[in-house]
Amino acid sequence: MNPDAREGGVAVAPSPPHPLTLSCLAHGRSGDKGNHANVAVIAYTDAGFAWLREHLTADAVAAYLAPLGATRVERFEAANVRGLNFVLYDALAGGASRSLRTDTQGKTLAVALLRMEVEVADASSMRR
Amino acid sequence: MKRVRVGNGCGFWGDNLDAPARLAAAGRLDYLTLEYLAELTMSILAVQKAKDPAAGYATDFVGVLGRLAPVLADQPKLKVVTNAGGMNPSACGRAARDVLAKTGLEAKPVAVVSGDDLLPRLDELAAAGHALNHLDTGEPLAAVRDRVVSANAYLGARPIVDALKAGAEVVVTGRVADASLTVGPAAFEFGWGFAATDLDRLAAATVAGHLIECGAQATGGLWINADDATRLGDVGYPIADIAADGTFTITKPDGTGGAVNAETVAEQLLYEVADPARYYTPDVVADFTTVRLTETGRDVVAVTGGTANGVTDTYKVSVAYRDGFMSAGTLVIAGPDAVGKARRSGAVLLERLRHAGFTFAATNVEVLGAGDCVPGVVEVVSDPPEVVLRVAVRDPRRAAVERFTKEFAPLVTAGFAGTTGYTTGRPPVREVFAYWPALVKKSCITPEVRLL
Repeated sequence: MNPDAREGGVAVAPSPPHPLTLSCLAHGRSGDKGNHANVAVIAYTDAGFAWLREHLTADAVAAYLAPLGATRVERFEAANVRGLNFVLYDALAGGASRSLRTDTQGKTLAVALLRMEVEVADASSMRR
Repeated sequence: MKRVRVGNGCGFWGDNLDAPARLAAAGRLDYLTLEYLAELTMSILAVQKAKDPAAGYATDFVGVLGRLAPVLADQPKLKVVTNAGGMNPSACGRAARDVLAKTGLEAKPVAVVSGDDLLPRLDELAAAGHALNHLDTGEPLAAVRDRVVSANAYLGARPIVDALKAGAEVVVTGRVADASLTVGPAAFEFGWGFAATDLDRLAAATVAGHLIECGAQATGGLWINADDATRLGDVGYPIADIAADGTFTITKPDGTGGAVNAETVAEQLLYEVADPARYYTPDVVADFTTVRLTETGRDVVAVTGGTANGVTDTYKVSVAYRDGFMSAGTLVIAGPDAVGKARRSGAVLLERLRHAGFTFAATNVEVLGAGDCVPGVVEVVSDPPEVVLRVAVRDPRRAAVERFTKEFAPLVTAGFAGTTGYTTGRPPVREVFAYWPALVKKSCITPEVRLL
């Protein structure tokens, strides 16, 4: 808060906290197999992985990426690399050969998912 | 202790043309692998071969081999394993032999691996009860049989081992699983078999092959945290340095750009994977969840632990069939309200086509710059100064798609203020080949190895 503004008697609302996104906690990569896409989300720390495991459910990812029209989202764990792997069935509008989208192969799904806003009380132990 | 260094200098047809020779020159490699075949590539090659019996392979490889010639002359022990043969490994092998002969390397034996092409055998297989049902829908291939242009089984590492045993120094294959290009050399050098007791080592080498098969994607390409310091302009291509027990390190040539660290390797480990505990290849079902990654030096990651989760009695088959035509064109629309004007331009374009009597089986209007790359998920947050309008259509009728390609130019004068970017002319029409994944019993397929 600007101290001068306070002295002047003008109420200044504190700026909203910068929203935390999944990208603060994790990195990842996405690709295709036919008309299915996979999105890997990999935590930077053990604490971050524990958070992802609890909160980044298949349902949460399905809801966030719902406009893509996947028929089903399945989550697999690769705890050895602190990774969650999401398979989005029929999410690519036909896949590499038939899709009319620019991103026929789901290459940008990982960076899109990492923009998801997350609510974490204290992310200090989860950052890179 | 003997180790085998396998470097992959090509991750797909279209990859950097200089990478193979640069990697081979600096990588101290025993084997250079070059991967050219994506799911879609085989159908394109099949159509080329139907028009010209001498065509149907990844022609880039012939030029690459020419560039490699001085390196191969300097390093007589270096061997090359590639799936550039595509739909016509024999023709590719002959072209490779001709290039070697022209560059004084005629003594290098070339072997051709084939037997993956099931197109001539589809009716025979169907008659024998192999329906090649769609892996997802269960529908028998008979539904699209008359439109099939290619059908290839993904062969494994065994025929590559056989080719190397026969003395080949350049191995040209058709459709072989990408990771098997690495498993083959490792199995040959270390004398591994393909029995139950060998599966863990085959799985470990499969992890190595999977990590390097996409070229620079293991060495900093697509890395989320890549920045200027990553020096992607001079990116080094990946090397798997494999020990007899299947453990290995991933690295890249000294002094090159890019990065090899636990992040780049973990991202690639899960790339194009479904269940990481079951990564199916013709050689083994590999369990990626037992892999351990340890950074052991600058741009060196030690990889241990990849284990087997059994082996299947089937090969995956990739079938492609004709599915109409498509085209996609772009224009640039400048603001204010670039996003709104671009959406209206797309609608106007399709409306004019309707007036001309053309509707399409499928259409898609995207406003790139407004979040449409992942449509509906990422929202536009401001009024961007300009956006790219992209309109795509698909239809069984080529004539309708041809007509579509002629509707972009009129928007330059009969569209909204701020329309530009019609510089590349009418977009091309391309034939659509739909993808049909299936399985076939391994007992139906006999891989062939021929030394030229």
